[in-house]
Amino acid sequence: MTQAKLMQGNEACTLGALAAGLDFYAGYPITPSTEIAELCAEELPKVGGKFIQMEDEIGSIAAIIGASLTGRKAMTATSGPGFSLMQENIGYAGIAEVPVVIIDVQRVGPSTGQPTSPAQGDVMQARWGTHGDHPVVVLAPGNVKECFELTVKAFNIAEEYRLPVVVLTDEVIGHMREKVVLPELSELKVSNRVQPQAPGGYKPYEADLDGGVPPMARFGQGYRYHVTGLFHDETGFPSNKGDVTDRFLRRLQRKVEKAEPAIRDYFTESTDDCDTLVVAFGSSAMSSLSAVRQARAAGIKAGLFRPKTIWPFPEEALRELAMRVKRIIVPEMNLGQLALEIERVSGCKAPVTRVSKVNGELFKPEEILAAIRGDAK
Amino acid sequence: MSDTMKYFRENRLPHIWCPGCGHGTVTGALVRAIAKLKLDKNKVVVVSGIGCSSRAPGYLDFDTLHTTHGRALAFATGIKLSRPDLKVIVMTGDGDATAIGGNHFIHAARRNIDITTIVMNNNIYGMTSGQYSPMTPKGMLGTTAPYGNVERSFDLGKLAIAAGATYVGRATSYHVTVLQDLIEKALLNKGFSVVEALTQCPTYMGRKNKLGGPVEMLEWFKARAVNIKAAAVMTPDKLEGKFLIGELYNQPEPEYTAEYSAMADQVRRRFDAFQGGVRGCEQNSD
Ligand SMILES: Cc1ncc(C[n+]2csc(CCOP(=O)(O)OP(=O)(O)O)c2C)c(N)n1
Repeated sequence: MTQAKLMQGNEACTLGALAAGLDFYAGYPITPSTEIAELCAEELPKVGGKFIQMEDEIGSIAAIIGASLTGRKAMTATSGPGFSLMQENIGYAGIAEVPVVIIDVQRVGPSTGQPTSPAQGDVMQARWGTHGDHPVVVLAPGNVKECFELTVKAFNIAEEYRLPVVVLTDEVIGHMREKVVLPELSELKVSNRVQPQAPGGYKPYEADLDGGVPPMARFGQGYRYHVTGLFHDETGFPSNKGDVTDRFLRRLQRKVEKAEPAIRDYFTESTDDCDTLVVAFGSSAMSSLSAVRQARAAGIKAGLFRPKTIWPFPEEALRELAMRVKRIIVPEMNLGQLALEIERVSGCKAPVTRVSKVNGELFKPEEILAAIRGDAK
Repeated sequence: MSDTMKYFRENRLPHIWCPGCGHGTVTGALVRAIAKLKLDKNKVVVVSGIGCSSRAPGYLDFDTLHTTHGRALAFATGIKLSRPDLKVIVMTGDGDATAIGGNHFIHAARRNIDITTIVMNNNIYGMTSGQYSPMTPKGMLGTTAPYGNVERSFDLGKLAIAAGATYVGRATSYHVTVLQDLIEKALLNKGFSVVEALTQCPTYMGRKNKLGGPVEMLEWFKARAVNIKAAAVMTPDKLEGKFLIGELYNQPEPEYTAEYSAMADQVRRRFDAFQGGVRGCEQNSD
């Protein structure tokens, strides 16, 4: 049995990454993510891994994609301004199907914004930050322990589906300290990408068009294959045939759709009989949970739905709840981003109220409770 | 010949370059240098950015990576640091290397990471049809410099040396044997090596500036290039309007990935009782 330990969210993310087999980190320092880089710089050389501080975030994501192509498990961590710089190459990882993990510890934006304060303004950027239709998975831990668990999961998803996976935390989750009992390494599920059997006849992008994932060869193992950000056919070489592009783009999209049932993850409390459903993620969900408990204590039938997978969104579960509840409240530290998705998913079955906070402060439970009460009249 | 051809993906040919373009000549010189050194095909990775020049790796039978505009060196850094045993070569254009990729260029040089960088300098953005680049000489025309380029251009050799490259050479698509020889030495240098290969772009640079066809452009190179050894005994007025080719710099220094590995070995010796990532990390939390 591992002992309980006091640790920070950023540290838990790093430990999760190491437990999942992280052996390459490239990054550029930025508050409030920097502890992740510092810990990686310290730990990776001890385990045969590599750390490099690149000249910027564009280079950081480029370097981890290069490392991943040689078979390494690679990660970077950043915050808003750096996440913005990474976008072009996140699209590259998507189209070239290179597994990488990106941790975005959100701070108040846009621009340099408020570096040391929490926000949740990167929800849509994490989904749509790079141009074009593209596959991506975004996970959102709601406490320190989940920073560990969801970073392990992020690596597993990246490896199984050959995707860029974003772990979206924020300044509060990243810097908050909690007592955590980490799972034994032997109890962890750790996935590794499927590799081809032998170089002969290897077609690097040959896969079932219905969301298949092609085996991934490592560079330097005799496969001698080509990787490009241009649309390519199953040989990996560029093609500008419309039908090739169409099939390829749809396969990438299908890949995430098919993965959804296996990767979907959410937490609920008191949703069995609730009238008022609070939907929140990350640190907003911590305040929401207290608010829901206080509401229950006051006899109000409130419940919490907290997605841990936010892209793709756990639609089925929320839709089912939306049919039953009278109203949905969405507290977010932004001006309404996840709310858009919740409005879409709930399909107006229940009215959705947005509760926004963008002053760089965490929600107080009372603020959410007030919204619950206001609506519960 | 067959020795050279075995490094090509013959089924990917013909290439996309315009008739008379110099990029194929540079690619040929690289492949002949590789053939001469008898490099193992399975241990070479060629990385490029975006541009006409960056299409070259697609024709070569190695693990090849065609990345985003300007970022080839950053991708290559990840590959080389992961697998120091692989020979990593970057093929890039003047815009790719010195405009959008300028930051990665100087930092790869500063680290002295063992990557051989071939900059195909046609003094113009070829792929986007003829805009001026940081290597377009002042006064010359581009589609975005319709009245003549008012900006100064880089001296790539000096830039690379100042930033820390340990092997730097320059040749042209006319001086093919010099070029091949420089690439060979660059491949042998354990550190960041840059070979600037001036190449003709008759389609955009040539036509816009009325430099004639490929033959005239090659003759222009021939008339103006002076080998650095010959230049040593020439008077400044004789060198007026000329540019230097040959080995501009060759000063080996400790290489980045080797230094990193040496550091890591030391760290591991200190932590020899260490059992794995998670256990060790726990010592750091408070
Ligand atoms: C981020 C980004 N910006 C701009 C472009 C458009 N673009 C493609 S190639 C190129 C210039 C390439 O010029 P150079 O590197 O000199 O290579 P050449 O084509 O001349 O060989 C540009 C600007 C792009 N692909 N990506």
